[in-house]
Amino acid sequence: MTQKISPPHPLETRVVLKGMEEAFSWTLEVYKKHSGYEAARKAISMEPDQIVGEVKNSGLRGLGGAGFATGVKWGFIPKNPVKPIYLICNADEGEPGTFKDRQIMEHVPHRLIEGMICAASAIRSKTGYIYIRGELRLAIERVEQAIEEAYKAGFLGKNIFGSGRDFDLTVHPGAGAYICGEETGLIESLEGDRGQPRLKPPFPAVSGAFGGPTIVNNVETLSQVPAILLNGAEWFIKLGGGTNRTAGTHCMSVSGDVQRPGFYEVPVGFSLKKLLYEICGGPLPGRQFKACYPGGSSSPVLLVDEFEVGLDFDSIAAKGSMAGSGAVIVLDDRRSMVDMAMRTARFYAHESCGQCVPCREGTKWVYLMLKRLNSGQGTKKDIQNILDACANMAGKTICVLSDACAMPVTSFIKKFRHEFEAIARQESEVESALPKVSGQMGGLMGSILARQNKNQSEKR
Amino acid sequence: MAYSFNPTLEDKFQWLLSRYPKKDAVLLPVLHLVQAEVSWLSPEVIDYVASRLELSPARVREVASFYSMFKMNKKGKYVLQVCQTMSCYLRGAEEIISKAKEILGISEGETTPDGLFSIERVECLASCGTAPVMQVNRWDFMEELNPEKMDQIISLLKKDKCAHESYEKRISEGGVA
Repeated sequence: MTQKISPPHPLETRVVLKGMEEAFSWTLEVYKKHSGYEAARKAISMEPDQIVGEVKNSGLRGLGGAGFATGVKWGFIPKNPVKPIYLICNADEGEPGTFKDRQIMEHVPHRLIEGMICAASAIRSKTGYIYIRGELRLAIERVEQAIEEAYKAGFLGKNIFGSGRDFDLTVHPGAGAYICGEETGLIESLEGDRGQPRLKPPFPAVSGAFGGPTIVNNVETLSQVPAILLNGAEWFIKLGGGTNRTAGTHCMSVSGDVQRPGFYEVPVGFSLKKLLYEICGGPLPGRQFKACYPGGSSSPVLLVDEFEVGLDFDSIAAKGSMAGSGAVIVLDDRRSMVDMAMRTARFYAHESCGQCVPCREGTKWVYLMLKRLNSGQGTKKDIQNILDACANMAGKTICVLSDACAMPVTSFIKKFRHEFEAIARQESEVESALPKVSGQMGGLMGSILARQNKNQSEKR
Repeated sequence: MAYSFNPTLEDKFQWLLSRYPKKDAVLLPVLHLVQAEVSWLSPEVIDYVASRLELSPARVREVASFYSMFKMNKKGKYVLQVCQTMSCYLRGAEEIISKAKEILGISEGETTPDGLFSIERVECLASCGTAPVMQVNRWDFMEELNPEKMDQIISLLKKDKCAHESYEKRISEGGVA
């Protein structure tokens, strides 16, 4: 952790990250100064439905990438289930470009724990797990310390806040698999299995971890809850820009070709252009912005003239992309878009869990075709083949990993087709460059061809 | 000699079992604890963990091999995992990897003959704002790297200096990242 936490930029509004710049911000002592655990105390005395109602009214949406209304999700939990209800925090932050959850866990872990106490009261859960990416050693350490402090203070465990209710919380370390950020993949992994997503329905709210009704929420989403319960849904809506489509704040992770990369918490209705030019200081000296991924590497790219857009889910969706996890990766005029598309596809090819054929094969072949194009050996036919493969991946699999590869790759080709065509060779060039192979082909293909030839000559 | 949990690990194992409704669920946390102690998951280790969890060794191997953090082969004492994904690439990850290869004289996936270093390319480590990033073993990240820093880090590690898991301790010994 080499980054020194600076005080917020004047245009920032820190709610989730409030107090993170203070020394020992991760301790209970410092956290209590920022009305720490007052919301949890309040939540314990509220009726579960009241909490769900308040969160529904606030317009809080899942900040892990999907943007699903949090209150609505909580409402799916059955009232009197036979099996115990589980609350899981998804802290398997892995979408390229995203590093906001790590900041919350490293600097204000108590806010996450408090949010989980509130959420657990809302869904009547007695057991919670925080599934943290295994690589994030410091985050795991800080969250475990904070949990220990909270147990000692009587905020976790049996009879929390003297209310007669129980809530146990445990950190579960992941072990390096992007797919475990998908909620059912995460549940499989929590149960001690390979993190391969499950077919839905049943949705986790009906049958999730250990067969019980389960809610999986992202770190930032849960960390938003305390402030909502303390200040009310209306305050939250005003904070974001005044409508419940743009409620609250969003921690943006900015990286790539920009002067001041980093994490910045801004109102949801904030403009992307203002974020990149004013807060992040614009492009590197002597460079121009070319494009950006607005919500992690799985979001379709936005061109520089599309930067004038609000950061909320709906505005970015209207531009044909998605706000996702709020990770902006900026590309400047030095970058080849064929190269970037190839690297995007390589990530998904590496992370495909392998259970659905369109994804396992599709991500790999799209990557290989892009690699060939990028090395100057591809043809125009490859461009069409990539688009065809992408069209056969999106929406054809159990989870959305194949969509996450197909969407940005398709957008790169649609928006920068000239770059792909410029690097592609003519069909005739490639054919003459290839060595002539007849009857000498090795491997399986060779033996099949040889057998066919033999059969044909026998028939004759 | 057959592997078994030491008393501290045994305590942690029992505590973990009390935190989950199902025994299998402790598999990942237990493998992490064991690997921290023995550096890689040898067949004996896998057999032992399987017997303690009443699972077949094949099942433990099936799960462990799915996750990139579990080492199924012996590797160097210091495994340099350099992130190669988008943001790190944009900020010069390839230079970092070439520098490491040049200094150590090995390629990705290889280990130096003295058994000290291995180099690996990994995907996003969630530290894109401070790219390029490297993780050594399971320590705190080494961030905002450049070729000169890589040079210094490797020479410090060769002397077993600044080989602390935590960033603060490394820096207090004169480390660079």
